[in-house]
Amino acid sequence: MNSIILLSVLGLGNLFLGFRRSNRLLLPAAMLMLGLVLTVNFLDWGSGPQSFFSGMLVVNDFSVAFTGIVVLTALVLIPFSQKYVHDGEANLAEYYSLLLFSLVGAIMLVSYNHLLMLFLGIEILSVAMYVLAGSDKRNLRSNEAALKYFLMGAFFTGVLLFGMALVYGATGTFVLEDIRFAVQNPVNDSLTPMLYIGMLLMLVGIGFKVSAAPFHFWTPDVYEGTPTFFAAFMSTVVKTAGFAAFLKLLVQAFPAASAQGLWLPTLTAMCVLTLLIGNVGAVTQTSAKRMLAYSSVSHAGYLLVALVAFNGELEGPSANGIFFYSLAYSVATVAAFAVLKLVADQRQREDYNGLNGLARTNPLLAFVMTVAMLSLAGIPLTGGFFGKFFVFSAAVENGYIGLVVFAVVMSMVSIYYYLRPIIAMYMRPADDTTAAPIPVTTFQSGALLLLALLTVVLGVLPGLVSGIL
Amino acid sequence: MLTVLLLLWPVAAALLLHFFKGRASRVAAFGAALVELVLAVFAAVTFNANNAGQFSYDLPWIASAGIRFSVGMDGLSLLLVLLTALLVPLILLSAFRRNFENESVFYALVLFMQTGLIGVFTAQDAFLFYFMWEVALIPIYFLAGVWGGQDRARITFKFFLYTIVGSLFMLAGFVYLYFQTGPSADGLAAHNSALTSFYNLSLPAETQMWLFWLIFAAFAVKMPIFPFHTWQPDTYTEAPAPATMLLSGIMLKMGIYGCMRWLLPVVPLGVDYWQNLVLILSIIGIIYGGIIAIRQQDVKRLIAYSSLSHVGLMIAGVFSLTQIGLQGASIQMLAHGINVVGMFFVADAIERRTGTRLIPDLGGLTRRTPVLSVCFLVLLLGTVALPLTNGFVGEFLLLQGLYQFNPWMGAVAGLTIILGAVYLLRMFQRVMLGPDSSFSATITDLTGAELAVLVPLIVLVFWIGLFPNTFLHLSEGSVLGILNEVVKR
Repeated sequence: MNSIILLSVLGLGNLFLGFRRSNRLLLPAAMLMLGLVLTVNFLDWGSGPQSFFSGMLVVNDFSVAFTGIVVLTALVLIPFSQKYVHDGEANLAEYYSLLLFSLVGAIMLVSYNHLLMLFLGIEILSVAMYVLAGSDKRNLRSNEAALKYFLMGAFFTGVLLFGMALVYGATGTFVLEDIRFAVQNPVNDSLTPMLYIGMLLMLVGIGFKVSAAPFHFWTPDVYEGTPTFFAAFMSTVVKTAGFAAFLKLLVQAFPAASAQGLWLPTLTAMCVLTLLIGNVGAVTQTSAKRMLAYSSVSHAGYLLVALVAFNGELEGPSANGIFFYSLAYSVATVAAFAVLKLVADQRQREDYNGLNGLARTNPLLAFVMTVAMLSLAGIPLTGGFFGKFFVFSAAVENGYIGLVVFAVVMSMVSIYYYLRPIIAMYMRPADDTTAAPIPVTTFQSGALLLLALLTVVLGVLPGLVSGIL
Repeated sequence: MLTVLLLLWPVAAALLLHFFKGRASRVAAFGAALVELVLAVFAAVTFNANNAGQFSYDLPWIASAGIRFSVGMDGLSLLLVLLTALLVPLILLSAFRRNFENESVFYALVLFMQTGLIGVFTAQDAFLFYFMWEVALIPIYFLAGVWGGQDRARITFKFFLYTIVGSLFMLAGFVYLYFQTGPSADGLAAHNSALTSFYNLSLPAETQMWLFWLIFAAFAVKMPIFPFHTWQPDTYTEAPAPATMLLSGIMLKMGIYGCMRWLLPVVPLGVDYWQNLVLILSIIGIIYGGIIAIRQQDVKRLIAYSSLSHVGLMIAGVFSLTQIGLQGASIQMLAHGINVVGMFFVADAIERRTGTRLIPDLGGLTRRTPVLSVCFLVLLLGTVALPLTNGFVGEFLLLQGLYQFNPWMGAVAGLTIILGAVYLLRMFQRVMLGPDSSFSATITDLTGAELAVLVPLIVLVFWIGLFPNTFLHLSEGSVLGILNEVVKR
């Protein structure tokens, strides 16, 4: 709760700082604010569930942990927003404030206890994203992305809301525990179809937000048009918060066997589809940014494996798998997008060949990108490996061996496209457009090194964060 | 604690190497590798051959999952740690003559890989083993991919994909086994992944039959056994010489070691069921590799195929499940590592002087390079398994083990010696002797630095050949232990 208050206040304060229109002031200020929020967030750790707003929000270890991930992601991402100052951007402070406000939405998503809060959280997060997707105003693609994201998003918000309304109609409540009770002890059987249709519509609505197939189709186009910096934000913060919300919904509202009988096959089908489309789609891309978009879809698939392996509690293998996976995925994705952004800003291209010879001109960038790619591919020594390991072993433990086999096969496919940037950077010579070194500030280098280090630490000492839930 | 030191020192040195540039990094890397060798020799000297696991170290790693950082050495591990610690400085030394771009990174990767290799040979926990297995793979991918020949991107990609897919199967097998184990010793987790817990599982034969292939896939690709070998000749040819030496000298042994430590005792019934098939595959590999080697025009490719043939015999020895066969495999791992690294070094030395590896272009080199030809011949005869050389001890034991299992198989596998003599002596004759080529007048003999690589290898060729017991007695206890686990069920 402290973090929500702080973020709202600091976000407003940041707008006043924005009168100076100086990134020299705003960037460190935003980082400081996020650092503060991150610290304050952990004050709530271990203090047991605290409820706010008449129990609409509940802060417990689960929400503190996931809040930690989203705030940390925003914090490590911010150093790469620097380009805007050179463009003489007039709305500098608004970007940072929107990011801070959107985090409020993300935190509501991980700590809601009432469907209204879920809805508000999703909307706060999404509205900020719609604006940021179109923030590159002079770029037609960015405009297209924003419009596409907004129209689709608004539509699926409607679907989600409709689902909530139906659930409310069938159960008479918005509170998660009460829904669970109502599902387990149905008063009136004629309302059951309504309840289940409502539940499925909610799955569809959240599935859209985390870009799970078949509701993923906006992802590549939107990511491609959105400024890389915000695309990274979308694919990490939104996804992490979305999956935490998903898990909460399933664990706290619909764990009943009768409900599971419906959502489990639905989610399993979504999971298989997402893995297939994400990975096969990524293989066929020529643009590194679109590849990252499809890879983001595929990672939604791996996270869905953990959801399917759900075991009815907010602690335990499944939640731990989602937590660790989200953390490792966020860190690696931020690193990949950050490098890609630095490269694309200078070389004006986002295809694989734009990365040619990077190892020679910028060894650090190439190294960080390599670590990120290996982590996303799930190669040991990186956090991504243990992320997959925890997710898969949670699924194996609950008997979903076929699903895990499929996911493993898909991650073999993923090695193909994650190695392509590495091959371009290390094994292909630079041409005229890629021969010049890319200027990277010390600050950015430091942030990149930190990300690489974090990935490796997660991959060598996963015990530091696994099993804390 | 000594094992941990052996593991951490190379990786620490690799990180420190970042601060050295150019020539200084060579010296620093070589120095670090020498320190590692001293540590390994110290371990060997203080090792008590009568006791099982020594220098053990055990620490919770992922406590919530019952996974521990557990390392230790028995005789078999020690042999391979010795081999690694011995070959790495020589491989580094052999790279001195080449002027690489970013050479400090090159040396750092080799040292980094050394940690992975030693980790594989000392891990006592399944996930640590898998982890180290991959840690060894990543550097070699970059070593071969960045500093390799023309077609390196495609070929190293194939190599990486083959090995990683194999490893993922192994991981799947380990995860399955993990869920069959009981709670961890500290009671924090429902399962554990210790080697001993895997040994103590008694799974039904049907389960072991498919589990065998999951685990064996990773080893089969790495060794490689026919028909999983197709990455090998290309990668050996395209990779730079030091990377080829790492691949053939040490990395290949990961597969054989893996079979002995993680396959035979863990799924003995599966091994029993597939034993004949694996033996037939390995014998096909022996003959196939030998015949193809005869037809090769490229020296490096010829050695690659000869290595394929020789590794087939080692696999056959392991799968004969006899004490002699396993002992032969352990000593032959050592001998093969020494010989093949030496052979690749000589091939590289010739290529650096003449600019070609093609046999028809070479010839009559020996007149101006007497030292080189003598070294080459000794290593070559070691590979052919001439008595009194290291290859003889290993191959003799391996064939004897195989013969004990099935005389016919032993007889067919014995062709390896004949085939080996045919292609190796033919190559020697056409490259070093034979009619003069354009290089005969200009080629220079080995330099002091190059001799420094070859002399230790040649000393070892004779040492193992004359006094095999120095090394054989180390692995005896381990081999008996492994066979006991196999026979127990």
